[in-house]
Amino acid sequence: MDIHEYQAKKLLAEFGVVIPRGGIAYSPENAENKAREIGGSKWVVKAQIHSGARGKAGGIILCNSPLEVAQATDKLLGKKLVTNQTGPQGKIVNRIYVEEATDIKKEFYLGLVFDRSSESIMVVASTEGGMSVEEISKEKPESIIRSKIEVAVGMQKFQAREIAFGLGVAPELINRTADTIIGCYRAFSELDATMVEINPLAVSGQGQILALDCKMSFDNNALFRRNQISELRDKTQENPSEVYASDRGLNYVSLEGNIGNIINGAGLAMASMDMIKLAGGEPANFLDVGGGATPEKIVKAFKLISMDEKVKVILVNIFAGINRCDWVAEGIVQALDKIEIKVPLVIRLAGTNVDKGNKILRESKIKYIEANSLEDAANKAVKILK
Amino acid sequence: MAVIIDKNTKIIIQGFTGKMGTFHADEMIKYGSNVVGGVTPGKGGTKHLNLPVFNTVKEAVDSTNATASILFVPPAFAADSAMEAADAGIRTCVAIVDGIPSHDMIKIKRYMRRYSKSEKMSLVGPNCAGIISPGKSMLGIMPGHIYKEGRVGIISRSGTLGYEAAQQLKDLNIGISTSVGIGGDPINGSSFKDIIGKFEEDDETDAILMIGEIGGPQEVAAGEFAKQNMKKPVIAYIAGLTAPKGRVMGHAGAIVSAYGESAVEKVEILREFGVTISKNPSVMGETVKDVLSRK
Repeated sequence: MDIHEYQAKKLLAEFGVVIPRGGIAYSPENAENKAREIGGSKWVVKAQIHSGARGKAGGIILCNSPLEVAQATDKLLGKKLVTNQTGPQGKIVNRIYVEEATDIKKEFYLGLVFDRSSESIMVVASTEGGMSVEEISKEKPESIIRSKIEVAVGMQKFQAREIAFGLGVAPELINRTADTIIGCYRAFSELDATMVEINPLAVSGQGQILALDCKMSFDNNALFRRNQISELRDKTQENPSEVYASDRGLNYVSLEGNIGNIINGAGLAMASMDMIKLAGGEPANFLDVGGGATPEKIVKAFKLISMDEKVKVILVNIFAGINRCDWVAEGIVQALDKIEIKVPLVIRLAGTNVDKGNKILRESKIKYIEANSLEDAANKAVKILK
Repeated sequence: MAVIIDKNTKIIIQGFTGKMGTFHADEMIKYGSNVVGGVTPGKGGTKHLNLPVFNTVKEAVDSTNATASILFVPPAFAADSAMEAADAGIRTCVAIVDGIPSHDMIKIKRYMRRYSKSEKMSLVGPNCAGIISPGKSMLGIMPGHIYKEGRVGIISRSGTLGYEAAQQLKDLNIGISTSVGIGGDPINGSSFKDIIGKFEEDDETDAILMIGEIGGPQEVAAGEFAKQNMKKPVIAYIAGLTAPKGRVMGHAGAIVSAYGESAVEKVEILREFGVTISKNPSVMGETVKDVLSRK
């Protein structure tokens, strides 16, 4: 789960990370007041969307008066921002963060992620703040400092100091920088995060170490014990079909193609999408109804796919394991009794009682094309479109 | 002899009396697995499915000499149960459960460092289908009847894609020595590399089919291990050619976040290590057949 910049800043501040003064606003008047409350003579108005690269998309505006803050807010609120991370449909701006502008002397990159090779938490830092970590690894790989943290004992001060010295931080700021890094580590580990990123982490003209932009992501599997985090979810930042699916216990990812998929199991779903691509088609979605493929899940899946106007063909691929194909087939028949499908349907069943399952489908009223293998199903679905 | 489990492996069920535990314990018993009891804290001393129930894994091990366990406990309690199994002297623990927090998985793995190599439990999963040595024992939730007894080892992250492979092999009259589901999570108990070495040493396995997917470094690590240490042929299929970067594809671990983690890159790297690639998921069986006929 992703959260907004201002939410991440508030969380990290609780762990001792210093952030510029700022406040959230939902209207131009609101933003103007916030600017006056914050004081100073320069402010930054920042669109709150779940995406990086907002600056290049015009989502971050430097203002010289509270009036300009109001105008910038007016310009951004309600707008859809398209960045290189949002996809062409963009993301809607419903909240604005007004922050005092910082006199930046130096910018660093600081990120924490799980390292799957060593199964530990990895701190990544670079002197090239402001660039994305992908750009840094491509263009300035020599600037990257990595430090693996032993989770059983947590991050030690020396490890944080090493990173700070590695970044070339002035001696009088080493302790402050180390505290910031350790604060991020503690937030990562105590809040079940999967990613913490401060980019840039700045040294200000006043000699402060400040987090100017923050990002955090969290482990969905741990939300059951993190109410404080769950409450930060902003569904307006997610794809509506994906929200619909996740609310109904389906694993769904919306894609650009026109062949809709209903499949049981994540691996089999990915494999079926691969087959579609190899056959010359493009999948409209990834959809895993769960290994069990219960009739209830199949009904929900058909509903979800039928809402997607891109879909010109639907491919159903179910491998019945513990469940039987006859039971799955009955689920499909029931689902199509309730939901009208206007596009051609290709169904491939496999596994336990496959013959019985196919017999039920053939004898039902459903209009569909039967397929007998993964490859056959993909070829038939693609052929319909040609 | 197959790997990890055989006919004689004594199995206990953790989370025995729950709905999932009961259903799958029954399926395992019907398959012929040597299930000797189960654990549900607070229900010790009772009987379930005609087998003894214990309060702790230690009691269960002391009384039955079980060496394997399978977890059917909810995600929030799974780490605790896995560590309890490790401490009780269980040798192989399969965690079926989907939804264990990554921080908990790391905690389990750190906890297990207290044991010497010879005393250390091997954890398989979580978020997996389990292990089956066809005709001998099933320590998992797979449909046992699609697995034909034979001499090919399978290691798969995905459950249903592993079933697909077993069915394709059966249709070609090729059998399986053992099939191990290692699960779809980013941090798992056993990696491809951990299991592939066991197959190399197994007299009853001739070739290994590795079914991987996008995300993480494990397929590549296993390929490198195979090149350096193995004589038996390795065949691989990697799912997720069409997966967009940075999106989680169902499995928590199926996300491309670094170089070498996409399907195309993994396939390229594995080829360089001498692994035979199944060009699509429909020909996993045929690719294994080709490799076996060349031997």
